[in-house]
Amino acid sequence: MCNFSPKYASETMPKNTSHSAKSMLNLSALTTWVIDKSSRFFIDIAHAMAYLKTVLKNVITKPFEFQEFLKQCYQIGNKSIGLVSITGLIVGLVLTIQSRPPLVDFGAVAMLPGMVAISIIREMGPVITALICAGKIGSSMGAELGSMRVSKQIDAMEVSNTNPINFLVVPRVLAATTMIPLLTLYADAIGIFGSWLGINIKDNITIALFLNQAFTQVDFMDIFPAVIKSFFFGAVIGLVGCYKGYHAGRGTESVGVAANSAVVTSSLLLIIVDLIAVQITDLL
Amino acid sequence: MEKQAHTIIDIKNLKKSFGNQKVLDGVTLQLFEKENLVVLGKSGSGKSVLIKCIVKLLRHDEGSITVGNYELTNISEDDLMQVRKKIGFLFQGAALYDSMTVRENLTFALSRLNKEFSKNDIQNKIVEALENVGLPDSIDKMPSELSGGMKKRIGLARTLVVNPKIILYDEPTTGLDPITSNEISHLINDTKTKFNNASIIITHDINCAKTVADRIAMIKDGKIYKEGSLQDFLNDTDPYIQSFFK
Repeated sequence: MCNFSPKYASETMPKNTSHSAKSMLNLSALTTWVIDKSSRFFIDIAHAMAYLKTVLKNVITKPFEFQEFLKQCYQIGNKSIGLVSITGLIVGLVLTIQSRPPLVDFGAVAMLPGMVAISIIREMGPVITALICAGKIGSSMGAELGSMRVSKQIDAMEVSNTNPINFLVVPRVLAATTMIPLLTLYADAIGIFGSWLGINIKDNITIALFLNQAFTQVDFMDIFPAVIKSFFFGAVIGLVGCYKGYHAGRGTESVGVAANSAVVTSSLLLIIVDLIAVQITDLL
Repeated sequence: MEKQAHTIIDIKNLKKSFGNQKVLDGVTLQLFEKENLVVLGKSGSGKSVLIKCIVKLLRHDEGSITVGNYELTNISEDDLMQVRKKIGFLFQGAALYDSMTVRENLTFALSRLNKEFSKNDIQNKIVEALENVGLPDSIDKMPSELSGGMKKRIGLARTLVVNPKIILYDEPTTGLDPITSNEISHLINDTKTKFNNASIIITHDINCAKTVADRIAMIKDGKIYKEGSLQDFLNDTDPYIQSFFK
């Protein structure tokens, strides 16, 4: 691999090298660096696509590891529900407290429940839940599969005539795809409850009235795209977490790298998927 | 193609490189029925790569590997499954599944290689395999509760439970104290006596080699440097060979 370093290139040149020759050498090093980086990027993309194709093929290949799928659903739900509850509650609460003063200024405080509910259902619930799960589940998948790769457990599985993609990756990806939307709906409910608590700091409003005001302004097209989006978020978290772990290098260091990379990559991809989803929803 | 009756693995001119690094550069080797073949060599000499090619965990670049009647170069998935049914692989660190108990580790291997077995058959075979390695009481323990030597034994039980004709041992005594190493070496011999299987034992532990070897092959620079009995190696005056046996 070429490490581009204009400083190094100029230091290693003879002192009588002309300015234009130095520029040419720097340009050449830069070109090599760019070609190397971009080819590596495209090779990574090709690997990821091949992996995606293998996973999708294995989703419809028998046997389906149902027990493993249920176990992963339980793990994902169980691991994340506490964090999702606390975060959902705080987001609802904070969003309400922050939004109240401007609405009071405009005399539109009655709009607060609806506005917060729409914010939570359309954006905050799915994105915050997905980001939390990317940290919690994505890293766990990356570390677990990475550790299995390093300690040769994946090889042992293959020798036992078990397809590791079928046994390890498919149930995790499907479990994440199933559980993230459920966790999102749960986070939405907790967030809306948090919003009711937030309103009750300054006002006094019953939960029934609050919900009535909130859901008057929420319609099907607020909920449906958000749920669909969260399926994709779940798939991204599962696919990236498993990809990073499954392709971890040798040595214990690579387990940490896989876990870290799973979180960073899936978080970035979640934001990109969210952007695309918002654009599509906007067209509907 | 039908192979000579007593040859169960036939490796011819095997080559394997990783990038520019040639690891195996024309290895030719046979494993005969009911023998323990020890493959000796320095660390990084390609010993583990050799046995990984035999179970197709790694794909070789050139040459041929024949296991029984199956040639592995362009083998189909179904045939590879048949080959893997015949071969047990004991990994260096035992590679027990962390998230499963000992019972589940053995059940996993057995139920996937022999789908016709009932739950009772599986339980009986697991108990028998654990008794064979002297650890029947560890059946419900997690791998994290086992010592290094116990892990190796359970790894061997997981290998034996599927009743393989060939066992590949990847450095079975590495990281163990001399007493446990000796126990594992004797366990390898007991396994051979009891089950009549053939084994390839990858090691650089000379005491283990002396205990288990019917025949020794030494790898150097990606090729078989010398092949023969333990006595042949002990009598050899070649300084490289002697450096192993001093």
